[in-house]
Amino acid sequence: MGAAIPRFMGYRRENGSVGIRNHVVILPLDDLSNAACEAVANNIKGTMAIPHAYGRLQFGADLDLHFRTLIGTGANPNVHSVIVIGIEPGWTGRVVEGIAKTGKKVEGFWIEGNGDLKCIEMASRRAHQFVQDATEKLREECWLNELYISTKCGESDTTSGLASCPTVGNLIDKVDEMGATTCFGETSELTGAEKVCATRAKTPAVAEKFLKTWSAYNDFINANKTNDLSESQPTKGNIAGGLTTIEEKAFGNFQKIGKKAQFVDVLEPAEMPSAGRGLYFMDTSSAAAECVTLQAASGAVVHLFPTGQGNVIGNPIEPVIKLSANPRTARLMPEHIDLDVSGILRREMSLDEAGDRLIDIMLRTCNGRFTCAEALGHREFSLTKLYRSA
Amino acid sequence: MTTHFLVHETTDTVGVITVEGVEAGQELTGWLMDTDGTITIVARDPIPLGHKIALVDIKEGDTILKYGHDIGRAVAAIGKGHHAHVHNIKTKRW
Repeated sequence: MGAAIPRFMGYRRENGSVGIRNHVVILPLDDLSNAACEAVANNIKGTMAIPHAYGRLQFGADLDLHFRTLIGTGANPNVHSVIVIGIEPGWTGRVVEGIAKTGKKVEGFWIEGNGDLKCIEMASRRAHQFVQDATEKLREECWLNELYISTKCGESDTTSGLASCPTVGNLIDKVDEMGATTCFGETSELTGAEKVCATRAKTPAVAEKFLKTWSAYNDFINANKTNDLSESQPTKGNIAGGLTTIEEKAFGNFQKIGKKAQFVDVLEPAEMPSAGRGLYFMDTSSAAAECVTLQAASGAVVHLFPTGQGNVIGNPIEPVIKLSANPRTARLMPEHIDLDVSGILRREMSLDEAGDRLIDIMLRTCNGRFTCAEALGHREFSLTKLYRSA
Repeated sequence: MTTHFLVHETTDTVGVITVEGVEAGQELTGWLMDTDGTITIVARDPIPLGHKIALVDIKEGDTILKYGHDIGRAVAAIGKGHHAHVHNIKTKRW
């Protein structure tokens, strides 16, 4: 190992995990409970509602994913405590039980038999206690290798593959050596580079699991496509930025895992890593908010997001650090870019130096500094839905 | 000296313009990132920041190489120095 492992001031949770934020979350089980959650968050300052579109009449693997995502969101180490509100007590209780396994404070409320107003009052009184407890919680010294870091890129262009994704890759190689946990995803966006990506699996069994996961996603696309997906994947923005094909985009995306790190397992969407520390691949959509939501639900506490044309994404519970190597984007959209690495293209900054700068801004973010997206209030929370509800 | 375009691998048949305002007829300097070498080429089209320039004469049906890998096929001939994008390159997937 090279340099000493850097430290930061984070939050140690009941189950030993380390967070960098201390949210009191008001979490709806379903779309019907959004209004009550938003009312509670309005009543009690310092809490945050996370409204979403789903949770009714889902079934099978899609329902499992819904529960896994909501439970994982509440269980994330960036969350101090959780109020869950659902239309009825049964499924509300399942989410509460799942989050309670972490040892953190969580309580469920439901609307049927109470109405919104009574439910809001009861939930608000509990949220009032939670937020007072949360605001007394002190940050403690933590080590960088206790972090679970996720990455995904968006509104990419050719500068992403040249510099901003390799900057993340440089960081991943460095923190992997320190023993951190990291995660990349975007199954469909490895198309064209899938065989090269498989060579980065730690074992032949993991490589096989990865290729099976990629093939299943590719089969799904082939079964549903009505054209070559141009303007969907690559997006209109990708194409405006100079990316021409999915293969080209995939090789740019792939730069995010660096040159050395090997992935130790393939995760289901929103699945928590369980094979020890190291790099993980997660089966996700390549849409920014869906992917980050799934990674945050798997427990990731800080996200690294290279962008070319200027994706503005944030997440309610996982701070999203955005970097860009596109000098035009850095000039025109500075309020969205936490780190400008366009100097790499001008040969003014080395990749190694850019990676060190990203570690620095990541640690400052872990210490509490707001990301651009946090300061602007970006809280994109997009649940992945596998198919229609019953 | 200004670097106008970057090339991932020496075997690549396209490079990426990394400055704004490249005009047809302009002599461009490129950085070969894998060998730290330098090449020059004359742009034959105006090419926007982030878009690709053909480094060799590419025939219709040829595989396009970038990152040292196959990123698609030419669906029209692309002369050296010309703009290479969705009007003359398509995916081999999907």
